[in-house]
Amino acid sequence: MKPLRIVKLLPLLAILLGLSACDMVVLNPAGDVAAQQRDLLVMSTWLMLLIIIPVMALTVIFAWRYRHNNREARYEPDWHHSMRLELIIWSAPLLIIICLGALTWLGTHLLDPYRPIDRLSADKELPADTRALQVEVVALDWKWLFIYPQYGVATVNEMAVPVNQPLALRITASSVMNAFYAPHLAGMIYAMPGMETRLHGVLNEAGESEGISANYSGAGFSGMKFKLRGMSDTEFQRWIATARAAQQSLTRDSYLQLAKPSEREPVRYFATVDNQLYDSIVGMCVERGKMCMHDMMAIDERGGLGKAGIYNVARRSSDSPRAVFGSDNSHVIGICAAPLVRAFEDDLLPQVDRSPLRGAGLPRPTPGRSGSLLADIDSLSSR
Amino acid sequence: MQHADSPVLDPIFGRLSLAALPLHEPIVVATFAAVAIGGIAMFAAVTRYQLWGYLWREWITTIDHKRIGIMYMILGIVMLLRGFADAVMMRLQQAMAFGGSEGYLNAHHYDQIFTAHGVIMIFFVAMPLVTGLMNYIVPLQIGARDVAFPFLNNFSFWMTTAGAILVMFSLFVGEFARTGWLAYPPLSGIQYSPDVGVDYYIWALQIAGVGTLLSGVNLLATIIKMRAPGMTLMKMPVFTWTSLCTNVLIVAAFPVLTAVLVLLSLDRYVGTNFFTNDFGGNPMMYVNLIWIWGHPEVYILILPLFGVYSEVTSTFCGKKLFGYSSMVYATVVITILSYIVWLHHFFTMGSGASVNSFFGITTMIISIPTGAKIFNWLFTMYRGRIRFELPMLWTVAFMLTFVIGGMTGVLLAVPPADFVLHNSLFLIAHFHNVIIGGVLFGLFAGINYWFPKAFGFKLDRFWGLVSFWFWVIGFWVAFTPLYVLGLMGVTRRLRYFEDPSLQIWFQIAAVGAGLIAIGIGAMLIQFYVSFRKRKELADTTGDPWDGRTLEWSTSSPPPAYNFAFTPIIHDGDAWWDMKQRGYQRPLGGFRAILMPANTGAGFVLAVLSTAFGFAMVWYMWWLAIASFIGIVGFTIYHTFNYQRDFHLTLDEVVRAEEERTRLLATVRS
Repeated sequence: MKPLRIVKLLPLLAILLGLSACDMVVLNPAGDVAAQQRDLLVMSTWLMLLIIIPVMALTVIFAWRYRHNNREARYEPDWHHSMRLELIIWSAPLLIIICLGALTWLGTHLLDPYRPIDRLSADKELPADTRALQVEVVALDWKWLFIYPQYGVATVNEMAVPVNQPLALRITASSVMNAFYAPHLAGMIYAMPGMETRLHGVLNEAGESEGISANYSGAGFSGMKFKLRGMSDTEFQRWIATARAAQQSLTRDSYLQLAKPSEREPVRYFATVDNQLYDSIVGMCVERGKMCMHDMMAIDERGGLGKAGIYNVARRSSDSPRAVFGSDNSHVIGICAAPLVRAFEDDLLPQVDRSPLRGAGLPRPTPGRSGSLLADIDSLSSR
Repeated sequence: MQHADSPVLDPIFGRLSLAALPLHEPIVVATFAAVAIGGIAMFAAVTRYQLWGYLWREWITTIDHKRIGIMYMILGIVMLLRGFADAVMMRLQQAMAFGGSEGYLNAHHYDQIFTAHGVIMIFFVAMPLVTGLMNYIVPLQIGARDVAFPFLNNFSFWMTTAGAILVMFSLFVGEFARTGWLAYPPLSGIQYSPDVGVDYYIWALQIAGVGTLLSGVNLLATIIKMRAPGMTLMKMPVFTWTSLCTNVLIVAAFPVLTAVLVLLSLDRYVGTNFFTNDFGGNPMMYVNLIWIWGHPEVYILILPLFGVYSEVTSTFCGKKLFGYSSMVYATVVITILSYIVWLHHFFTMGSGASVNSFFGITTMIISIPTGAKIFNWLFTMYRGRIRFELPMLWTVAFMLTFVIGGMTGVLLAVPPADFVLHNSLFLIAHFHNVIIGGVLFGLFAGINYWFPKAFGFKLDRFWGLVSFWFWVIGFWVAFTPLYVLGLMGVTRRLRYFEDPSLQIWFQIAAVGAGLIAIGIGAMLIQFYVSFRKRKELADTTGDPWDGRTLEWSTSSPPPAYNFAFTPIIHDGDAWWDMKQRGYQRPLGGFRAILMPANTGAGFVLAVLSTAFGFAMVWYMWWLAIASFIGIVGFTIYHTFNYQRDFHLTLDEVVRAEEERTRLLATVRS
């Protein structure tokens, strides 16, 4: 049965080799959120190995010991039931899953991407009056657009952030589903057209790394990468100055140009940004005359336009494909002349508890209290 | 997007034109040439040896569950070769495309390949192989003469084949979807995929789906209604139990797939807005719906193989299965739980923490009954006398491989961990770990186990061992690097890479794919060698492994009617029990047997459905209307077929049974 053992060892060996030989960003990220996610990953692995290793060992031992030509081993052809064993084989996995379930419940809430972060890193508390850097991210075909609303600049395929500053990302897409994924920063989250997802994180080390789209989005998908640059505050200010010095500005029209499919776009800066642009991207109404999604939903919420709504459409001039038996391409005409009023996002951290943790009345951990995820769990359970 | 504004369709050919033939893709042209030459050679051989009549009478029109089972298996193995060819092309591309090189596949071709690989492997390899196994074994295990609806069985098989043929068409006429195997909108909507690829996808799955659903209904009715007297539910063999649960899942889950694909086709054909970005469409709805089918589908695939492992372990350990009832309850629990975990496929869509942790925890809970099953097999081995025949080797390899896949699966069920590993190569490694290590290894165990039953001779051990070792080692060499790459932050479906430090891992994975290729080759050689040595490997007893369940009580291969007398069941391991109590095979008192009659209706309907699917893909409206009328008309016509069954005369039954008596006598002497 020797070969069987070799088979068993192969993956372990390869994994060990791999761990030592290459840069495992998931296991060694530069951002605190990703690090906590890694902690959870590692903890769960150990928990499960508690049962996996004995099972694998027993498999090999039993296979060897009870082989056909080993006449010394006991043979009990009719033994097929043991209440005691049954209890063990159901309860051992159950116990592990209870632990893992508790870990999951807490970890999922603590690391909810929608929840603003409450520490900079394991040993750095959030200083008072910290403001989050807001970045609006748009996944285009096939490049990334980053808008910095607090600074009024935008970039393509490059996202610079000061280290140890909390980030609040709002993420959407222009056409199809993508996933925003910067392995060093925090986990991934889908970027979807007409919708917004959020992600909070912080980068603790300066340096350049790669971000990607992690959800297949068409022909140019493989080249859809961006640079994530962590830098000091002064460098960041300088970077903002460079962006502000750029020739181009991001208006609705230049956005529509930019949104056209293209591959492997070079990094580009925009000195100014139309301040309603991001919201109109989410509302899918960058083209003038198109009704925004939130207006449409607001009208519908009040009962809709009734039959009149049928006539409130305009034929789209674009040559985009349409269903063979479908009507002409059309869109709903915008009827709200008033400009979009952006519900201003307070970027002061820690925020008031607008979205309390749901379920089981988990209190939101107070900043400074937590040293690590484990400590958080300890403190929660001791309460 | 060249079809942007092309309202003028050719009245005969729709949007099909010579431009749709991929003559500019040398790889496809070469494949086509090979397939064409092979096809012509086969056609010529069949004609030369005048086998058309034989094929039509004995196979194409057959309603015998055993022959249909075998045809399902052949379909699965043929499609495995296609799906594996796709896999090899992907591995080569990813091993080459580094440092500015874009490899040898352009995006248009590569994106079709990974879509086709997934679709083919799930729908046209795993599903036919699993269905084929259930089709062959279940009636024999419950002491029935056929399935509940023999004609429906033939129809189901040909509909599945029709779907496979549409997918194969897409290789040479037009293109396949470039969306990933689940075709998420809006990418799969008309706006972003205006070409025929997604339509091929939709119609192939819809047509094959009819087959799958009907075969599910059929087997469900068979197991519920046709068990031999005395076989209560808790005396059913475990494989029959897992088949029952699988078919419950099929019947409950496949309509969801059908419905969601109907909605997608409405979006694509008549311009509705179920899943579009505009006009209140919601792509997230599609993602939810398709996974409400998709997750049970995973268990549809794995459950019957859990049954196979149970049968194999118990037989080759020479022991009653440890914890039969907990095995059954575990299966039922998995069946139910498989419906409330679907959201774990998209934790990253931004559901709240409570929703995510709910689905994470339900997913973990599934590992409890699964763990219990592993322990049950383990304690069946305990104090057994294990014969390491090929099926048992596959089972041990499964146990060692699957627990790793299970572990990484539970890891991915922890939402924060999933946030860093979702859509990564770690995920790819995980599901290949469970699908190859669980489903495929189980199928190979099953094939080696039941092959002598189906054909009357065992499979060659040497080539079986070669295949076994190359598969198992090849699997680990191919997928361990993907686990590592996943931890390095590399995600799926990428066509080229910049970071040169990744290349070595892709090259190792490609070597693994090469080893698996040898494993597949050895399996084909195994079939051939065994056929050549069939005299030597012959099984005259009908019970080559000292089996425990009813299928081993018949001859190998079983007569068309399976059992001359319906057995009466007293114990879970019915055949073992009969052997223990000194069962004497009856030698007289036979009667004529009423058998279902062959019919070509299923084949004709499937051909019409293929034509309908093809017409819908290419907008050939006249053909779509004609073939649809044909389908409805022929179905009505078939209802007037009153020659549904015939009597197998007493003479024929006696002749078959005397042959068996003679064979059994040669064993004793």
